[in-house]
Amino acid sequence: MCTTCGCGDPELVPVELHEKILAGNDRAARHNREHFLEAGVLALNIMGSPGAGKTGVLEATAKAAAAKGWRLGAVSADLATDNDARRLEKAGIPSKAITTGQACHLDAELVHRSLHDFPWRDTDVFFIENVGNLVCPAIYDLGQAANVVVLSVTEGEDKPLKYPVMFKAADLVLVTKVDLVPHLDVDLPKLRDAIAHVMPTAKVIELSARTGEGMDRWIAWLEELRRPIVKPAQPRTHTHGHDHGHEHTHADGTTHAHPHDHAHDHAHGHGHGHDHGHRH
Amino acid sequence: MHEYSLVEALVRRVEQEARRREAVAVRGLTVSVGELSGVDPELFRTAYETFRAGSLCAETPLTLKRLEARWSCPACRAPIARGAVLRCPTCDVPARLDEGSDALTLDSIDMEVP
Repeated sequence: MCTTCGCGDPELVPVELHEKILAGNDRAARHNREHFLEAGVLALNIMGSPGAGKTGVLEATAKAAAAKGWRLGAVSADLATDNDARRLEKAGIPSKAITTGQACHLDAELVHRSLHDFPWRDTDVFFIENVGNLVCPAIYDLGQAANVVVLSVTEGEDKPLKYPVMFKAADLVLVTKVDLVPHLDVDLPKLRDAIAHVMPTAKVIELSARTGEGMDRWIAWLEELRRPIVKPAQPRTHTHGHDHGHEHTHADGTTHAHPHDHAHDHAHGHGHGHDHGHRH
Repeated sequence: MHEYSLVEALVRRVEQEARRREAVAVRGLTVSVGELSGVDPELFRTAYETFRAGSLCAETPLTLKRLEARWSCPACRAPIARGAVLRCPTCDVPARLDEGSDALTLDSIDMEVP
């Protein structure tokens, strides 16, 4: 109530919030991210224009991943069809379509719901193929480990400059369809320069899903990303050698740490935060 | 087009805050939109005009604060010239986006409370 003159009128109160409008989405994304990490799944958000070659790259990745023994999975967003998910299934990637209807982008909640009846935990690398769009998907965190922007050589060198928000959010730009370069007027150095103007730590891999050129570098990039989050498949019996240091206190009160390696053969259904009983 | 879903989230959040504080009316909203927020301020306003009907914000004016995108060197703090490569020419390290450049925040709500 107005306390200045006692008129009984309501009082105008400024409420300072300074909170992100996407706070709700960011919360849902954090939840997804925790799930992916806890399951040891590398989740990637694949973005790019319609026709950039997102699905094509994933199809080509299926072959290379089989050689690595990786299990792939994908959810594929589309406004109206499930064509992409069907293409991925055909390529051997268990996939599910997320039909977004009018929505031009995926959000963390849509991804979360799509995970409920999909065996994503059984995958090593999980692709979230976003709606073909260089604008809207850029600002929605989905809980991915990294954003990959797919840009084909047919789109023109200035696309990064036209869509800076998308490229700012990218961890990697895959320049696709490079087998077409001889038939086009595209200038690849100019394209790389445009990327450097909008992406501070520009990471670019040029490839062709059709000829396989550059696919090895893309697979190596995935492997690098997988390293810190990978967990042993479980439960299974296996032999592994590993080093780990540990610190312990003796009865005399001295504390010391020492590294040691050992190999052991056992079945376990747990991750690597384990504690083995050692005798010294 | 994602401006509509953003405005929807904004209006829901304002209504939630207004209920929590038992406000009788919402008299003003201030939203910051960074140049690299991925939001077109004009589209955002149009979406707001459409979406606010029937909500607690039906009569509430929206103030949009536009913030320019700025990059600087995380080491020497020198600003990176607009339109330049996003790398400090002196320190040779990747540029960092300054605060506010990609902001999309609900800054404040003016409410009438009994």
